[in-house]
This record gives sequence, C-alpha cells and structure tokens, in this order.
Amino acid sequence: MDFNTALTILIDGLEFSSYLFIVSVGLTLVFGVMKILNVAHANFYAWGAYMAAWLIGRWTNMGFSEGSTFLMIAVATIVVGLVLGYLVERCVLRYMYERDEVVTVLATFALFLILEDAILLIFGVDPYFADQPMFALGSIDIGGITRTVYGLTMIAVAIVVGIGLWLLLTKTTWGRLLIAVIHDREMSISMGINVKRVYIVTFILGAMLGALGGAYVAPTISVAPGFAVDVVVLSFAVVAIGGMGSIPGAIIGALIVGIARAIAVHNFPQVELFVVFAVMAIVLVFKPEGLFAPERSRKI
Amino acid sequence: MNSSRDWTVPGLTIGLIAAIILGMLVPDWVLSVITISFARALAVIGLLVLWRAGLVSFGHALYYGLGAYTVALLGKYWGVHDVMLLIPAALIVSTVCGFLLGFILRKYREIFFAMLSLAFSMILYGILVKTESLGSTDGFNVGAPTFFGFKFEDVQDNKIAFFSFLCVLGYIAALLVHYYLRSTLGHLTTAIRDNEIRVEYLGYSVAKAIHIKYTMSAALAGVAGACLALTLSQVDPDSMVNWTASGELVFVTILSGTGNVAAPFIGSMIFDLLRTYAFEWAPHAWQLIVGAFLLLIIFFLPGGVWSVIARIFGARRKL
Amino acid sequence: MFHIPNIRTLAAASFSAAILATGISAPAHAKDAIKIAVPAFLSGAAAGPFGVPARNGAEMVIDAINAGKLPEPYSAAGFAGAKAEAIFIDEAGGNAKQVPEYRNLVQKRDVDVIAGYISSGTCAALAPVIEELQRLTIFSTCGTPRIFEEAPRKYIFRSMAHATADSVAAAHYVRTMFPDSHSYTGINQNYAWGQDSWRDFDLTMQQLDSEAKPSEKTQFPKIFAGQYGSEISAMSLDKAEMVHSSFWGGDLESFISQANIRGLFKKKKAILTVGGTAAYRLGKKLPDGIILGARGPYGILVRDRDTALNTWFVTTYKDRYGTYPSGPSYQYAQAILTAKYGYDKAMKDNGGNFPDQDQVIAAIKGAKFESFSTTVDFALADGHQAITENVYGITKYDSENGEPGVTDVKFFPAECVMPPDGETSVEWIKGGMKGAKCN
Repeated sequence: MDFNTALTILIDGLEFSSYLFIVSVGLTLVFGVMKILNVAHANFYAWGAYMAAWLIGRWTNMGFSEGSTFLMIAVATIVVGLVLGYLVERCVLRYMYERDEVVTVLATFALFLILEDAILLIFGVDPYFADQPMFALGSIDIGGITRTVYGLTMIAVAIVVGIGLWLLLTKTTWGRLLIAVIHDREMSISMGINVKRVYIVTFILGAMLGALGGAYVAPTISVAPGFAVDVVVLSFAVVAIGGMGSIPGAIIGALIVGIARAIAVHNFPQVELFVVFAVMAIVLVFKPEGLFAPERSRKI
Repeated sequence: MNSSRDWTVPGLTIGLIAAIILGMLVPDWVLSVITISFARALAVIGLLVLWRAGLVSFGHALYYGLGAYTVALLGKYWGVHDVMLLIPAALIVSTVCGFLLGFILRKYREIFFAMLSLAFSMILYGILVKTESLGSTDGFNVGAPTFFGFKFEDVQDNKIAFFSFLCVLGYIAALLVHYYLRSTLGHLTTAIRDNEIRVEYLGYSVAKAIHIKYTMSAALAGVAGACLALTLSQVDPDSMVNWTASGELVFVTILSGTGNVAAPFIGSMIFDLLRTYAFEWAPHAWQLIVGAFLLLIIFFLPGGVWSVIARIFGARRKL
Repeated sequence: MFHIPNIRTLAAASFSAAILATGISAPAHAKDAIKIAVPAFLSGAAAGPFGVPARNGAEMVIDAINAGKLPEPYSAAGFAGAKAEAIFIDEAGGNAKQVPEYRNLVQKRDVDVIAGYISSGTCAALAPVIEELQRLTIFSTCGTPRIFEEAPRKYIFRSMAHATADSVAAAHYVRTMFPDSHSYTGINQNYAWGQDSWRDFDLTMQQLDSEAKPSEKTQFPKIFAGQYGSEISAMSLDKAEMVHSSFWGGDLESFISQANIRGLFKKKKAILTVGGTAAYRLGKKLPDGIILGARGPYGILVRDRDTALNTWFVTTYKDRYGTYPSGPSYQYAQAILTAKYGYDKAMKDNGGNFPDQDQVIAAIKGAKFESFSTTVDFALADGHQAITENVYGITKYDSENGEPGVTDVKFFPAECVMPPDGETSVEWIKGGMKGAKCN
C-alpha cells in the first residue's frame, strides 16, 4: 500500500468516525445518566436533518449568502433538540423512570415509529437538498484525490463536541452533578441532587447532539424518508463497543468502527457490510460491557 | 403458588380444540392471519421465559431466521417438504446454535444482553444479504408442506391441516413451558429477576439457569421461524432476520403480557389484526398507529392483554 | 396421493354453513364496477422516487379511463365498460407483511385486478400466492427475471421488461458510444437488486468487449448508507475509466451530490442505470455528461416522443401533479393500460358481454399494443412477460427552459436486450447472447 492510499484511508476513517461520534455521543450520554437506550435518537437525527435542510433552503431563498447557512445548522440543532427533546421527555419518558430498562427501550421504539411517520406527514416524500454549506467551502486535493472541505470540518466539529462535553462534565458544577448521578443515582438523590432536573437537561442535551448529527450531515445528502433508520443500529454498535454510557468509549468506538470500515472499503469492499457488527461481537465477547463501561456496583 | 385453581391446562386444551374447529370455518384470509400469529406466538413464548428472568433479547430473529432458512434450504436443495422432518431439523439447528451462543450470552444481563443478541442476529443478517446462493435480500420460495408423506389435494385443506398441526405444536410447547415454569428450576426465573445474587447464595447457578432458558427460547423461536416460512411460503432476511423482526417479537411479548403461556397466542392475534386494519385505514401512517398503540399498552396496560383477561376471569397471577 | 373430501365441506356439514359463505368467491357476471388494487411504496425510502410517482401515474390513468378521456384507441370509457375503483395500498413493511396483505386484497376486499409492485423481493414472494389465489395480477415495475424462470404462471403478467434488459442495454450503450473505454468499476447497494445489476452488466461487458477490464474492488455499500466518502475515495484511486451504479432514490441523490463536488464525474464516466428516477428530483444538481437509464423507454428519456398517447400522458401529468412523469409513473400507467386492454379485448371476443377473469387473461396473453411511450409485446413466458425496447442517454441540462434533459438518446430493440424463452438471464449472457437482434 502506498502512502497516498494510507493517507486516504486515514482521512476517510477519521471523517466517518467523526460522523459516528457526533450521532452516537448523545445516545451514550443519555444512557449513562438516565439508563435509557433511546431508539428515538434516530428521530432527533432525522428531524435535525429535515429542519436544517428546510431552513437552509428558506434562508438562501431570502437572499442570504451561502456562507451564512452554517447559522441555520446551529438553529436547527437547537430548535429540534429543545422542542422535540423537551416534548419526548415531558410527555413520555418521565413516566418511564420507575419501569424496567427494557420496557423503556420499547417505549422509545414506539416513539421511533410515531416520529418516523410524522416526518412523512409533515415534510412529504420529496427530498430536500441543502448543499449550500458544502459548496460554500469548496474542495481541496489531498493525497491525489479531491475532498470536500466540509467533510474535513466534520472532524473539527467532532473534536469541538468532544472537548466541550469534557469541559462541561469536569469543570462545571452541573457536570459534576451529572457524574454523581451516573455513578450512583440513589446516593445522589439522598445527597439532595434534583435528579429529575438533571434528567431533563441531559435528555435535551442528548437530543441536541442527535439533531446536530443530522443537521450537519444534511448538506451532504438527499434528505428523504428512511435515511435515518440505519443510524439507530450503527450508533448502537458504536456505543456498545465503547461501553454504554461512556463518552471516551464513544470516541474509541467511533474510531474503531470508522477506521475498520475505511480499511474494508479500500481493501476488501465485499466484507464492508458486516465489519461493524463483527467488531461489535468480538469486542463484546471479550469485554462484555464494552471497552470503557462505567463501573456498576453489584447490589445485594 | 396461590390457592386459586390453575386453569391453564384445561384452558389450553379447550383453546386447542376451539382453534382447530375455528380454523376449518373461518375465511381463508383469516386463517392465514391466525396461522402467522400462532407461528409468531411460539417464539413469543420463548421470550416470555426470558422476560420472567428479567432478560429481553433484541436478537431472537436470529433463531427465527435459522429455523426459516433451515426449512427453505432443505426444501430447495434436498427436496424435503415433510413437516415431520422440517420441524425437527429447524428445532435441532436453532437449539444447537442457541446452546453454543448461550455460553457467551449467559454472562450478560439487562441492556447488554439485549445488545449482544442484536449483534449476533445482525451478523446472520449480513451474511444472508451478502450471499447470492442464499437468495440475498429477495430470499426464496418454500413449497407447500406434506404431513407424514401425505399431502392434501386441495390447497386450502393443506392450509387447514398445517394450521391444526401448528395448533398441536403450540399446545405441546405451551404445556411444556408451563410445567417448566412450575418446576423448581422454573421458579428460579422470577427469583433471578428479583435478585440474582441471592439465588447464587442459595446454591443455584444463575448462569446455568439462564443458559437453559436461553436455549429453550432459541428452540422455540427456531420452530416458530420454520412454521412462519411454511405459512408464508417464502423466506427473506428483511422480514425474518433484521432487527425490526426482533423488535416485533418483543413488541408482541409486552402486548401479550407475560402472565401466562396462553397470552402470546392472544397477543399475537391482536397484533396482526391491528396491523391489518391500520394498514387498510391509513396506508400512509400505519406505523404511527402501531407505535401509538404500543405506547398506550406500555402506559395503561403494563401487564399486557393477559392482565385484562386475568381480571375478567378473576384469576390472580398464576404460577 | 389420496383423494380426500374437502375438509371445509365436511366441517360445514357439521357446523354452520352461514359462516362459510364468506369464503366462497362470487361467480363472474356483468358488472358496472370493478376494483383495482394498486400497491406501491407510500412510506419509507422508496416512496418519493418510486411509490408516489407510480401511484400518481396509476391514479391519473384510472380516472381518465373511467371518464373515457384517454386518446385513441383507448377512448372507450371504463374497463369493458365497467368503472374502476382504485385501492391504493402501501408496499412497505417487508415480504412477510405483503403476503398476508395480498391475501386480504383478494379474499377480504375482493379486488378484481392487482396492478403494481416495485420490489423484486415482494414480487418473487407473492408469485406462488398469486397462483394459489388465482387472481389476475399485473406486475408493473419489479425487475427480477426469477418470476417466470422459476415456474410457468397463469395469473401473473409483467407489463415491462425485466432487469436484465437494463444492464444489457447499458453495456451496449457504453460499447457504442465509448468504444475506447474498457475498464470499469461499480458501486451498487448490497442487496439483491444491486448484486444482480452489477453481475449482469459485468457479464455483458465481458461478452461485448474482449478487452473488458472490470475492477477488482467494486463497492457494495449497505442500502440507505447515505455516506459514501470512503467509497468515493476508493473509486477515485481506482484506475477504471467508468463507474457503474444501480443506485436509486435518496442513496443515488446523496451519492451524486457527494461525488460531484469531489470531481468523480470529471475523472470517470458514470453509468446510472436507474438515474432517470432522480433526474427531475435533482434538477440542476444532476451534472452533465452522465449516462442515464430509466429501466426502459420511460420518464425523461422519452419525454419528447411525439405520439398522441405520450403527449397526452406528459401534459396531463404535468398539469395535475406539477412535475414531469418519471419512469414509475409510466410503468404503473402501463400496467393499468394492460388491464384496460385486456378487459376491452376480452369483451369483444366474448360477443360484447362482460368477460370473466379467464377471458381477460386469455386476451392479455401474447398481446401486443401501443402503450404511452412504447410498444408492449407480451412475447415471453407463454405470453405473460412483456418485452419493450430499452434506452439510454447522456444528461445535459437545458438552461433555456430550466429543466434537465438528455442527449445522444439511443434505443435498443427488445430482441437485443431480453433473453429468449427457456434460458435464464445469466446463461443467456454467458452463452454470448445468442439470437439477439440489435439492429
């Protein structure tokens, strides 16, 4: 393998890992704090993408420049995260905290079905294209092939999200509360932490991260029904590999899956389809709770 | 055990006879829907056993698929069409596979158990989609079954015969699981759910108990898949092995309720009726209806349909 | 085999006969209305590119037939005079869902004709059920050659050519237009459609071109993957001159946007065998110079065909739905027209009386008639499988009218791109496509 190919694989892998990290970090955060495996995370992703594509279309029609469309990505992220995240938590999930984890998963599966059809009813079946941000940044040549600068900024966004979360969790009071809840919920309650409030803030943050994934990906794809279904399973695999509830785990999981997939695509495209799940099964067989699972105490 | 008499066995027996008679009378499309429901119910009984131990598998479509493809491949490559060979073959394949994977899965609980089972089923899905000789995503067709080398000339008669066969199969499976759940080992199920470590201290191996349950549920799902393949006359990975198929099984489990081995049969029928009508009334939004229904069940009927039946007949939770 | 009295008759004797009545289908007699079920994807990823245009095409033609507004020679109102009620159902949900739904259509809702289906897997799964339930079913779009290769069918017709024609025609087109290009790679979805399309294209290229050089690393991403960054990189590094793809819908559109900005289409000629479905959806975003197919003479490739039927179809569709009709609109309309043709002809053969199902089937069998954009000839599989010409062109945006267009359009006769009876597609191509008449 020559240098160019190796470099290409590395960048492809990093780009895909960044994408995976952005779409799955919200999932792992919500799981870590609330012990909810949120199947409807895919809907936040989908709604984020639809909202961004719709807003970008409106925005450019109003005559604003292509460069400023990035603002719309941010708006879509915040709006979808706040509104949808709040609604889902207040209307459904808060009644589920005393229920079995697996029942909660089913409730989010039901939400997934509902929100998936709701998109169809609201946005219709025709695709939305919003590639202005991608064109605004243009392309460059690296290692003998052309890449989009937008794709490379995905790596930057992932790093910013990662560092932001790290600062939030370790340097702020709220973050420390969060970590306390992750470690021991009952103890946190008895220490006087308002766990319910921690929950709703966490869930909205998780929803925003999901929406950000969709909103940031929207300019590179045709936003059309069904495009988000695959994201559920893919992001499950990432968080399962990394250890559910662990943010460093999500980084490592995304890197492993992203790079493994890039290697497969360039060298053995025929096995690409099960690379992700094969990696997941191997990791889980040796590290049952994933690579970076937060410790869980055995209760007697 | 409570003092009220357990009506499960006579109830199942009456149900069996009623189902077979009804099978002969209802219109064909109803028969076809009920056959599919009952086939799925077999797998749901297996999930019920796991559920009682606090385990939920999001990957039982793996065994569903193994059973279905065993039947399909035996028919396609060796010309085997007799249920007396097909069903045991599917049973063996899924049991062996379940037993082997059980060594790994028995170490896991809660969401991790669910996720690892999902991973295994998605690997089978990947293999099937990839392999053209296994029909890829199109799958392939399965011929009509024979019974002890015997085939009914009339297509509908053959369907009725298969349905009756399925009813007997379901009856036997339900009885076996019922007696199992009442045995000492079976009682451990609930104990494991409540507190695993206490069970260990009592001197029982939780891992072993879970391994047995897992293998049982795999066997049941395999037979269910085989029956489904024979009912639909076709197999394909998307409706039998994909994660959505596993999700459907869990959906029906919660809809049915886990109070009794008879519940899956009723819950599964309700699920199919709901889907059929949602599909007819709202071809654009039938998923939304199904999802909303599931949410309502979770909220207002946590014990599933069975809890309503139990209330009506005044029976307290049996077993 | 033993002869056994019908279980249901026995049961009926000992129980109630009344319940039984629902199970018996009514005998055919004169009708003033028939029911046509039209299954198409109304939800999920295939709804936008296929299902909705398909539904629209069927709806428009059924309405026109009921009102007697189709151009000659189909201007007589109704199907053998009977008005049709259209029942649209969703094709999504997988085969395990579609098999019982089909049963419901026939046994519960008692439809007379089923015309539609897009997914090959669903058509293949339904075939034995249709034969069992014995209801006239016209497959409109699904492409797998398996339907009639596996067994002779009595109640199934397919009103368009099967998928082999698309791949064979693509290879012919490439050889005619670019005789100097020999090397090619591919990106196809990893499921039956993508795998079959690549296999047929590759085999045909190797037959037509002694110097054919397929790439060793053809890409098969998962369907609905959406992100093709790594695949585009890998293909950019590949030396092949051409890229073959049978992508459709959102995947195709995502791939085109991502590959376009990365200059892939400047380096390599792209052959998009179902690109026609994306043409109007992409509009200006569809780059020039792409080799485009539409699974036959449909959609953008025949928009300007100047026949009364085609002009009526294009203008009426545009007036009613605001866009030009794409391939699936044509294909579904063609399936409906097949039913109309069958009913009308059967009535004529029946001395002007309303025909029963067997007579309609006999009328369609082996029929040859003008459809909206092309001649449909039920020439194969004992008169059940239609053949039509196939066509490819090269995209060129028409900036004057602000709409996508095509140039260098080339038609290939049906006998050139479809295997004859009795041979499977793969055998036929591997055997050198004997009997193909290409000029």
